[in-house]
Amino acid sequence: MSYFEFLGQYGDRILSGTLVTVVLTVLAALLAIVIALAAGMMRMAPNPLVRGVATVYIEIFRGTSLLVQLYWIFFVLPLFGITFEKFTAGFVAVGMNLGAYGAELVRGAILSVPRGQWEAALALNMSPAKRMWRVILPQAVLIMLPPWGNLLIELLKGTALVALIAVADLMFQVKQINGTTFLSAESFGTALIIYYILARFMLTPFMRWVERIMQRKLGRA
Amino acid sequence: MNAQYLSGFPLKLEGDPVPMVSFKKVTKSYGSLVVLDSLDLDIAEGEMVTIIGPSGSGKTTVLRMLMTLETINGGVIYVDGEPLTHMPSGNELVPANNRHLRRMRSKIGMCFQHFNLFPHMTALENCMEGPVHVLGLSKKEARERAEELLAMVGMADKRDQHPSRLSGGQQQRVAIARAMAMRPKVMLFDEVTSALDPEVIGEVTNVIRKLVAEHHLTMLMVTHQMGFAKDISDRVCFFYGGRIEEQGTPEELFGNPKRERTQQFLSAVKEAI
Repeated sequence: MSYFEFLGQYGDRILSGTLVTVVLTVLAALLAIVIALAAGMMRMAPNPLVRGVATVYIEIFRGTSLLVQLYWIFFVLPLFGITFEKFTAGFVAVGMNLGAYGAELVRGAILSVPRGQWEAALALNMSPAKRMWRVILPQAVLIMLPPWGNLLIELLKGTALVALIAVADLMFQVKQINGTTFLSAESFGTALIIYYILARFMLTPFMRWVERIMQRKLGRA
Repeated sequence: MNAQYLSGFPLKLEGDPVPMVSFKKVTKSYGSLVVLDSLDLDIAEGEMVTIIGPSGSGKTTVLRMLMTLETINGGVIYVDGEPLTHMPSGNELVPANNRHLRRMRSKIGMCFQHFNLFPHMTALENCMEGPVHVLGLSKKEARERAEELLAMVGMADKRDQHPSRLSGGQQQRVAIARAMAMRPKVMLFDEVTSALDPEVIGEVTNVIRKLVAEHHLTMLMVTHQMGFAKDISDRVCFFYGGRIEEQGTPEELFGNPKRERTQQFLSAVKEAI
């Protein structure tokens, strides 16, 4: 079977797997961003309890394996009465894991906004919440965008693990194809190329585009 | 009530009103380093007071404490007759809560050495930010106010530029307009010309001169521009080692300094020019 015949025969399944991977990536990324913002800001809260919750969260999700976390969410939480559908368990696990890494990016970026900006906002008598949302965060976002680009690529690749709880993503589909055809080079080779294309020609240009927009908003373009 | 009766009255009703700003035995220290040592300083309403002195003498700290950017370790600061970082509770003063602090801060505006404009907003947006999001003005009102102030500082034509497109002098003028848009009673200028190229210092000092001439504001300024301090101030305070070493009218202090440290400082500054 030539590679073109292989694609002709299994292209549909690979395409549907790719779509699932893309949707998983988008949902996990949204979750990761929300968690990162929340946990990153909580890490700087004056209240030690709030700070503690964020620290414990980050330590657990950064310090243990994503695969183990995925199994926990899918196989162990049901024992405590919390059941997720496998697709949901998949993006929640990936989002929560990468969100913990993102929290540190958020914290670092907020801390690297010059002190004078906080002081100017205080001198204008802005409330702490307005200082953060209107003055500090917009500047922090520009600082943290390049490392977020890296993180989102990690996230995309991390979604491949959900194949292990039988979510029909790209990795799951090529494993199935390989199982029936034993065309390992074609199956896993195609997956490799598709992950690369998604990361290099979709995610990276998207992040560049967001960066350009933010820079224009800052009057730096 | 006749004048005769008033003259013997212990409360002086005229000529000595409650000062707009009053430091009472204010102390500030970082660990064992004492930055301000039991400072007493009164500033009358509408008065322009300049603080000069060598670096590390506590000049900037005075302004930063007034803006509540620094805490104080002892004493009380009064602004407009009310304690700034304390509030009365029964017969004593306790540390102020956030509500009190925010109410007191609304009386004070500050301009910084490094301007600290918000880089993601245009000049106009910088000046509208506080009025809209703190004072609760409508966008239209805030815009009118901001445009008027930008015109006053000569920046009307640059109102849609971001700070990164403006020179230092232009940024500082926008920063002055931004602070004025909050209609403070007290304005603080912290070395506002120190980060500027020599040729643009004049455009900023001219704006401050204009403020003094046209607005009835109480101002406290830290500067190294002795000539500017001399012809704009009502009073000049020379700080040394966390205390006021000498103070007086500009004529007295620059023309006939009495203390040796003041003389040394002024002659050192003269040599530098």
